[in-house]
Amino acid sequence: MRHLMNPLDFSVEELDTLFELAMDIEKNPEKYADRCAGKKIATCFYEASTRTRLSFEAAMINLGGSVIGFSDANSSSASKGESVSDTIRVISCFADICAMRHPKEGAAMVAASRSSIPVINAGDGGHQHPTQTLTDLLTIRSLKGRLNHFTIGLCGDLKFGRTVHSLINALSRYEDIHFIFISPEELRVPDYIIEMLKEKNIPYEEVIKLEDTIAQLDLLYMTRVQRERFFNEEDYVRLKDFYILDKKKMKAAKEDMLVLHPLPRVNEISVEVDDDPRAVYFKQVQYGMYVRMALILTLLELV
Amino acid sequence: MLNVGKIEEGFVLDHIEAGKSLSLYHHLQLDKLDCTVAIIKNARSNKMGKKDILKVECDINMLDLDILAFIDHNITVNVIKDGEIVDKRELILPREIKNVIHCKNPRCITSIEQELPHIFFLADEEKEIYRCKYCEEKYDSKK
Ligand SMILES: [Zn+2]
Repeated sequence: MRHLMNPLDFSVEELDTLFELAMDIEKNPEKYADRCAGKKIATCFYEASTRTRLSFEAAMINLGGSVIGFSDANSSSASKGESVSDTIRVISCFADICAMRHPKEGAAMVAASRSSIPVINAGDGGHQHPTQTLTDLLTIRSLKGRLNHFTIGLCGDLKFGRTVHSLINALSRYEDIHFIFISPEELRVPDYIIEMLKEKNIPYEEVIKLEDTIAQLDLLYMTRVQRERFFNEEDYVRLKDFYILDKKKMKAAKEDMLVLHPLPRVNEISVEVDDDPRAVYFKQVQYGMYVRMALILTLLELV
Repeated sequence: MLNVGKIEEGFVLDHIEAGKSLSLYHHLQLDKLDCTVAIIKNARSNKMGKKDILKVECDINMLDLDILAFIDHNITVNVIKDGEIVDKRELILPREIKNVIHCKNPRCITSIEQELPHIFFLADEEKEIYRCKYCEEKYDSKK
């Protein structure tokens, strides 16, 4: 039995197989419509994340399965002080697979170690959120046709953004990727990422302004500057509008550059960009569901 | 050098960094064992200038060498039997250590679920970096 804790749990080859499956699901959804008949997914969300939870639930329903679970800690036995280990042992009796979200780092791993059903880490604090990374990779692979040979710009909060760190790690396994990190001085990529890139001889640049670099990008990954990452309101207000993508900046970009964003967006992408065919962040949500469908099938060994 | 009586069976831990012997004594939980222990502080050493030495009279299977290796793998371990050195053990960094150090990351699941064992794994042998198995936070002994 396998779990998914970290996006690097799967080898590049295993990911290829997973992405092929996801793309086949996209093309032939009817073929998979009752693959999971009689199966249940438990979505155990100790903190609210409606988008992620709905994506898992829609994925299971599209596969003909059904859903049980809870959507925040208050409505679960956790509020009575039950441990993650005990909860997963109970859930294992009801469901066939579990997606767990928890504010504490390593919670899903604790669950996996005591579980008799596959556990998917649906986010454990600021640590890992592997299905977001798989979503990003599938989006790039589907729309670009490849996961190698490109220049990607990552823009916004690169210091605290777990999504970004995870994506950089995942992409570092593919050939000929050039990273451009676009962020204010205060929110630069952490040193351990830079060390990893240096060790692997992967080219990267760090720049301050999006305008200066947008023309050379094949992909632009925008992120939100989260209010909760800041100690004071002043810093937040000063930095949040630093990097807003609008029509004007998009004019300088390549014809086939793609704009990705893990959502929710605040105002870092102006709504006027939404109609641009290069803006694929809503398509990304759809790929998120396909990749979760493929993942559920894979972990339940129903492929 | 100060002469402390010979031991029949046990260990002589040599080349301990000067001043570290007492914390080693606690980490090895020697305070809980009913055995003779000699702590020699600031002994002269050609190699180190000053060093500490611990002599422990006990069953030779009693000591957790993994913990010792984690604390300082430059320590020389002499195994004593019938009053003679019968073996010198090399200390190898353990792959995993359980319940020796605690994760200090306030965001870690171990911070709210007290019954969980604190497990660290050797993430980088060269740099001697241990990380929490749950949250992957680096263990920093200085904190
Ligand atoms: Zn930890």
